Amino acid sequence: MPETLVKSPDREFTVEERSQAQLVFRRFLQHRAAVVSLCVFVVLILLAYVGGWLWKYDAGQYTPDNSVPPSWDHPFGTDSAGRDQFAQVLRGTRISLQVSVSVAILATLVGTLWGSVAGYFGGWVDTLMMRISDLVLTLPLIAVAAMLAHNFGGSWYLIALVIAALYWAYVSRVARGVVLSLREKEFVEAAKALGASDTRIILRHLVPNALGSILVNLTILVALAILLETSLSYLGFGVTPPDTSLGLLVSEAQTALTTRPWLFYFPGLFIIIIALTINFIGDGLRDAFDPQQTKVRQ
Amino acid sequence: MTSEQIDLAPSRRKGAAGEVVLEVSNLDVTFPSGDGPVRAVRGVDYTLHRGEVLGIVGESGSGKSVTSMAVMRLLPTTAKVTGEVRFDGRNLLELSESEMTRVRGSKIAMIFQDPMTSLNPVYTVGAQIAEAVRAHHDVSKAAALDRAVQLLDKVRIPNARDRASSFPHELSGGMRQRVVIAIAMANDPDVIIADEPTTALDVTVQAQILDALKAAQQETGAAMVLITHDLGVIAGQADRVMVMYAGKPVEIGTAEDVFYTPRMPYSLGLLGSLPRMDRPSERLTPIPGSPPSVVNMPPGCPFGPRCPKHTEVCDETEPELRATTSATHLAACHHAEALVGAEAEDVFDTEVADHDALAQLAEETP
Amino acid sequence: MLAFAVRRILYSIPVLIVASFIIFALGSASADPLAPLREKNPPAPQNVIDAETIRLHLDQPLLQRYFSWLGGIFTGDFGPSVVSTANIGADLGDRFLVTIRLIALAMVIALILAVVIGVLTAVKQYSKFDYTATFLGFLFLAMPAFWFAILLKQAGIEFNGLVGTQAIYTIGQASVPPPQGTGAYIADIIGHMILPTISLALISYAAWSRFTRASMLEVMNSDYVRLARAKGLTRRTVMVKHGLRTALIPLTTVTALDIASIIGGAVVTENVFQWKGMGDYLVNSIRMNDVYATASWLLIAATVVIAFNLIADLLYGVLDPRIRYA
Repeated sequence: MPETLVKSPDREFTVEERSQAQLVFRRFLQHRAAVVSLCVFVVLILLAYVGGWLWKYDAGQYTPDNSVPPSWDHPFGTDSAGRDQFAQVLRGTRISLQVSVSVAILATLVGTLWGSVAGYFGGWVDTLMMRISDLVLTLPLIAVAAMLAHNFGGSWYLIALVIAALYWAYVSRVARGVVLSLREKEFVEAAKALGASDTRIILRHLVPNALGSILVNLTILVALAILLETSLSYLGFGVTPPDTSLGLLVSEAQTALTTRPWLFYFPGLFIIIIALTINFIGDGLRDAFDPQQTKVRQ
Repeated sequence: MTSEQIDLAPSRRKGAAGEVVLEVSNLDVTFPSGDGPVRAVRGVDYTLHRGEVLGIVGESGSGKSVTSMAVMRLLPTTAKVTGEVRFDGRNLLELSESEMTRVRGSKIAMIFQDPMTSLNPVYTVGAQIAEAVRAHHDVSKAAALDRAVQLLDKVRIPNARDRASSFPHELSGGMRQRVVIAIAMANDPDVIIADEPTTALDVTVQAQILDALKAAQQETGAAMVLITHDLGVIAGQADRVMVMYAGKPVEIGTAEDVFYTPRMPYSLGLLGSLPRMDRPSERLTPIPGSPPSVVNMPPGCPFGPRCPKHTEVCDETEPELRATTSATHLAACHHAEALVGAEAEDVFDTEVADHDALAQLAEETP
Repeated sequence: MLAFAVRRILYSIPVLIVASFIIFALGSASADPLAPLREKNPPAPQNVIDAETIRLHLDQPLLQRYFSWLGGIFTGDFGPSVVSTANIGADLGDRFLVTIRLIALAMVIALILAVVIGVLTAVKQYSKFDYTATFLGFLFLAMPAFWFAILLKQAGIEFNGLVGTQAIYTIGQASVPPPQGTGAYIADIIGHMILPTISLALISYAAWSRFTRASMLEVMNSDYVRLARAKGLTRRTVMVKHGLRTALIPLTTVTALDIASIIGGAVVTENVFQWKGMGDYLVNSIRMNDVYATASWLLIAATVVIAFNLIADLLYGVLDPRIRYA
């Protein structure tokens, strides 16, 4: 009788099968704020790296126009020394992005390694390593960063190093949590039971599943780092001239708020746009990787 | 008897047996989704009589749980529900939220699948039962707690007085489900809807819970809707059975009708996949394939692709429920008559293993 | 429970000791307290530098310096400052009181706002209110603390101009000299606190309200909330008794974990509003390479953070019966 069995799979499944990457991409596209943010962020990067190079004024160039408000010639106005603020902001954006992206990558690498080793081995290794992370977390980051940066800092990569040296502890906590929860998952046990090697388990099962959390966390770090760098610069422990950053530009302009407000608003606006778009992109990634979190129970 | 004492005896017996207590007609439930509207329930009709047990059977995704959540009006607001749910002369779907609140728990009570997550972890079980009592009776906390202890006793929890002050995590799954049953009994309801009450439990505990349910039903005199994917659970409990597939009832009848003279190949297939103690030598007959997606359903019988009796007419029109062996035994199949006298093994192949899946597994395993 | 509390407190002590050593070692390694003397123009005479070296114990090895600093703390002596007349312990004590009132009030306001907005946005998920509040939350998360504080300060100045009197103070933590009379004194303190508190509160509020919303949504979708509804409880009762009560438990942990970053936020806020609090003290100490002062500041901050986490752990145990202290 099996001959009479008519199999027509196209009638059975009208929803086509999709790969994990396609699903993630599709769900990301459904998060409108994240998609818009991604576009804005890309435009911002292009503006900072290509636009700054094409723009008629250099960041350090003194023009004859002192303290002019925004105009076609100087879209963001000029400071009292006649420097074009648009060129300055673009240069600050470059440095701020370099600082925060370096921090995010460095801290993610170190923190993920630290946290996964702790989570993978468990026992006293885990206890010891996590106690060290906890110690870092008991200190107000900005205070320690200020202390270190005051004597070691000044240029953008040293500031990035100082901030990354503190943020890895956050990442290690997250990474450990992910590794611990994945270790318990049935599909990992199933793969082990089928005789899959450790390498295969790590590459085929752990990494793809942890990727979401790691990426989301990376975006959060970029936003946090750019804000911390800004605060450090404000307190006078951040990037120092001749380097510049968005934070340094705002803090230099704080006394000019009433007389030349454009010096204060534009770099601040750029900081907000970067941090805001990055956070929305992270939110979209989170939804895309873990739809369970936002799904309404049926 | 103080004025605060709650009337425990099922004295206000609820009309005569056989009277219709709940009537669901033409119930449709649609959820929006990224792939288009999901028609989870498509035209469910059933009547529930006083004191009877109606079993609803189906695979997961057949719409059986959504149906009862729609009756209780507990679906998320995104769900679109149409049709009629008549209870006590009123259409529940048209009641205001506050009127519906008075129905929930007091007239219609519900028991959910997973006792491990059904109770709030931060309150004692006694408090959670008392809360159900106080939701519908204006009594003191102490009186409600006394009632809770009595209820715990009725569902046969030992040392009920002590247990009332336990937190859910201190009880086993079976004990927790008894607590949930006690909550359902708390206000002497007319209807108890039990949604897969034994699925999440150990096999050894399942029978005890079914007994407790039976006792609860007799104690309150309520009619019961027993939802499950397990025909074995239905067998000893239900007076009537409704089989659901792809959001629609495909066969309704007395337990005898459905168990001994099924008129829908799907029901027959379900019976065939159930091990039977009375005929141990028989092979099990699995149903090939899996249920259809309820998004963008093609025309024709939804069971068609998996059905060995499948013919051209099945692809064209979806069969309606129609009377078969008797006026009360309905089945939705173009070929209902062809099943007269058929056993599952005559219709389904006993050795339909998923060869593709096995081959793929063999390939992937290093 | 009591045994757990005692064990938890005893456990905090070694953590604090290790933290104090790391703080001291980091501070000593990263700054040279004599650098300002050496870099002075004209340079300070060698005998002055030698005298400072001995006064600041710099002739001793690091471990010895650390132990004499740690030992001194128990007697109220936080070590010698580079400013020879300053008493680190007394200065920090005064400033701690200034800062703690800012932090405490800001946290209370932030928590209340976060719970109210978080619950409302969860209940009215995907409504206009939810979208607006969510966007504002994201905006506050993306705003540099001091940038917002400077804007607030400007708004305060303009407000004062509008009402024609000094209603809101934008500089300092209290008037010098303080006004006469208790009522006037309290009004003066409040007038000075308004803006710094708002700017510090709004920054923590954003993250906490997002957390409350997520936590509340998770609980409201849980099976036990569904059962509570099936019992016939009203939406409001379910929301408060089952939703909020359970959803708020993890917020205690989140709040405690954030205390370190709130202290950091206070440092920035105090600088904008020119408060003579802990934040101002830290910035000055770092600038002057005042190693003992910086290390003492960090030790106090770490103690506060550890204490908060301890309280949160104990509170969690009270709120959640599932936590067993076996």
